[in-house]
Amino acid sequence: MHDIMVIGGGVMGCTTALRLAQGGLKVLLIEREGLCMQASGVNAGTLSVGIKRASLIQYAIRGSNLWRTTPEWAGFDAGFHQIGGLTLAFNDEEAEMLTERMDARKANGAPIEMVGLNRAKEIEPGISNKAVLAAYCPIDGYANSNEIGSGFRGALKRAGVEIKEFTRVDGVEREDQGYAARTPAGIFRGKRVVIAGGVWLEELLKRDFGINIPITCRTNMVSVTERLPPVMRNVLGIATSLLTLKQSTNGTVLIGGGWQGKGDTKRGGYEIVPENLLSNLRLACYVIPELRKARIARTWLGIEGNTQDVMPIVGDIPGSPGAFVIGAVRGGFTIGPCMGMLLAQYILGKEPELPLFDPTRVIVPDDTIERVAS
Amino acid sequence: MTQSYDVIVLGGGPAGVRAAIAARRQGLTVAVIDEGRRPGGQVYRAPNFTVSAADLDANPDLVRGERLRADFAGSGAELFARHRAWFAAPGIKVSAAGPEGATWFESRALILATGTSERAIPVPGITLPGVIGLAAATVLLKAHGAVPGSPTLVAGVGPLLYAVATSILKHGGQVAAVVDLSRPGEWAAALPGMISRPDLLARGLGWMLSLKRAGIPIHHGSTVTAIRGDVNVQEVEICPVDGNWAPIAGARRKTIAAKGVAIGHGLTPASEFARILAIPHRFSAERGGWIPTLAPDRKAMDGVYIAGDCAGISGAAAAEIAGTLAGLSAARDLGALTDAKYAELALPVSRSLARAERFGWTISKLMSLRPGLARAIASDTVVCRCEDVARETIDDAAKAGATHVNQLKSLTRCGMGPCQGRSCGEAAAEIMAADTNTSREAVGAWTARTPLRPLPLDVLLGSYVYEDILKPPPLPA
Repeated sequence: MHDIMVIGGGVMGCTTALRLAQGGLKVLLIEREGLCMQASGVNAGTLSVGIKRASLIQYAIRGSNLWRTTPEWAGFDAGFHQIGGLTLAFNDEEAEMLTERMDARKANGAPIEMVGLNRAKEIEPGISNKAVLAAYCPIDGYANSNEIGSGFRGALKRAGVEIKEFTRVDGVEREDQGYAARTPAGIFRGKRVVIAGGVWLEELLKRDFGINIPITCRTNMVSVTERLPPVMRNVLGIATSLLTLKQSTNGTVLIGGGWQGKGDTKRGGYEIVPENLLSNLRLACYVIPELRKARIARTWLGIEGNTQDVMPIVGDIPGSPGAFVIGAVRGGFTIGPCMGMLLAQYILGKEPELPLFDPTRVIVPDDTIERVAS
Repeated sequence: MTQSYDVIVLGGGPAGVRAAIAARRQGLTVAVIDEGRRPGGQVYRAPNFTVSAADLDANPDLVRGERLRADFAGSGAELFARHRAWFAAPGIKVSAAGPEGATWFESRALILATGTSERAIPVPGITLPGVIGLAAATVLLKAHGAVPGSPTLVAGVGPLLYAVATSILKHGGQVAAVVDLSRPGEWAAALPGMISRPDLLARGLGWMLSLKRAGIPIHHGSTVTAIRGDVNVQEVEICPVDGNWAPIAGARRKTIAAKGVAIGHGLTPASEFARILAIPHRFSAERGGWIPTLAPDRKAMDGVYIAGDCAGISGAAAAEIAGTLAGLSAARDLGALTDAKYAELALPVSRSLARAERFGWTISKLMSLRPGLARAIASDTVVCRCEDVARETIDDAAKAGATHVNQLKSLTRCGMGPCQGRSCGEAAAEIMAADTNTSREAVGAWTARTPLRPLPLDVLLGSYVYEDILKPPPLPA
């Protein structure tokens, strides 16, 4: 019997499990695939504080700092690079939106400076001359998302977490002593349980806990170029948040921004939508004209989940004592390690540094569900 | 602008051309998309020089290729030459990048006939100038009548060894030696399977005979263990192998002087588009690796058919016939052929396909990769050339807990470069299977990613202004 089981081995599950083990609990982590192989590992790795939702700025600042300091708290290097972030507006309407959004973020503590074209070109010489206004956030950067699964595997093992990868959980049931997780590899038991199931949270919470929290599946496209000579220094974006653009130390340029492909929770991301891909790439080349000379090497899809209010759910699962949920964090790569830390603080009986996000607010009554805990 | 056709065929080799002709003959509009300037694919690659009667007399493949091109020219199917398909989705939508930018297609059926990639298991020195693949050697010889470094050592497995060596001699080059992983007994054991196509068997025996007559040394049951030289290839070390193709420890190694090396360890299906379309695959070492699952009529999913080596290595003869069958099946499903008429046309095709496949599968089995070759790769030998990943890095990833090639890719960038693992995928997967003490099935296959090959943004994006770009409503701030 473990003290606690964590179901789901993305950034949220891994950081929660690691913090719980460091707090002295005997932890089992179960993951359907390999660690951080879904959204946590296939996202573009952008750590932008300057483009997060205003109410999540403090979480993003802490998350970004945690990626910077992984060698201290997790014993591995996540490839953190602080390169600064520049967000551009190309017309008056976007300039107004940029000013309004950045004011709200600044009010919540984001270190953002509004700059004109000349100053923006000093910060990022390669940008288009057509920008009319920009916002500069010096603490933005990126980490190597594709490498963190391996980093966390080592960290979790060192902390004594038992890891079951490529193990699907077919059901979680409440027992006298806690919870039992049914898997093809047998039944595992823990006194408590954390559900960190990413975009699959809606299904897991409905199936095992009888609560209905609608989660919208978003299928984001990310593209990467071949290695190039330096064409840019900062993380770049635009006022509408429909672009993230940065050049890694290896010379490849990553192009994202939440453009949608086709995907669902059954099949994952399964089809690229070419008109969206073209728009994403056109925006990128509009911002950095030099990019037109590059070649695209790969485009891929990752799925993420949003609640109806596009805010996280982190806290107790209502009606199921000793069961917790963590996920649906927009900007989850940046913010994830912070959420894992906060939930672990809560589970370990400490006061979390920042408030959690009670899932009760987004529960929708569903007559098709029989209440399991009555 | 989008071009509409009833049928799109990806690949203008024997399978694609015959598929196009068969579908066009039933009145359908057909477009073939191919990277080359003229149809023919790799095996029947069109020469870049004027073909003489003597050329045709000397080369039955050239005759076959010229016939294929003539039949295609008279078919009324359209060729999008020098176009590289980079996108395909059910529906069916296809995009190809050509000399004038990207062309978008829509169709009711899609026939995949994308052929094969050559497998090359790395050895020290494989990146020296003067080392090329066996398939690359055929491009030099067929398209340009040019020979690799003289003398060239020809090494690896399969009939291509003898075809390339003979062709080098015919074009006035020298061959240092042929180094064949197979033993004479293994060739002999393959004879019963090859008798199904006596014409092809006779051609192969002819190659071997002409090499013997020219006094070219043939080292059976041997592999290249090192290629050496200061700037270019100077000498090649070879060693006898055991039944698993592992170099025998303590066996006498031989050094052969050569200025060029043509090396290839068999063929693997180029099924990337089938993977992009999420068609299930299964592993078949005997057919070259991961192969898409499909019905006997070549249908793999609604509106998608697969023919030729990309469905499992079966050779050029079988590819042509499978192409015809795929074209007929597409025509039937699009209502251009009644079931009765289809049955009448498809029956003889299926029968001759079975004979040609028996031959092709025998050869494919002979060439199927055995585990000893990749296990023998030295720790410091570079496996993934795009990202400069050596064997030891792959071993370390397995030690760190990676059990699937996609984990290996995330962790080490092996296979993440511009070639998407076409060069290193077979070697890397074999090493992973050995390191994890599992199988090729267990370590899986790398996910194929659009656009499969690097695609110039300039070609893809065309000219546009800011207002042209789609702008969906932003998410809440």
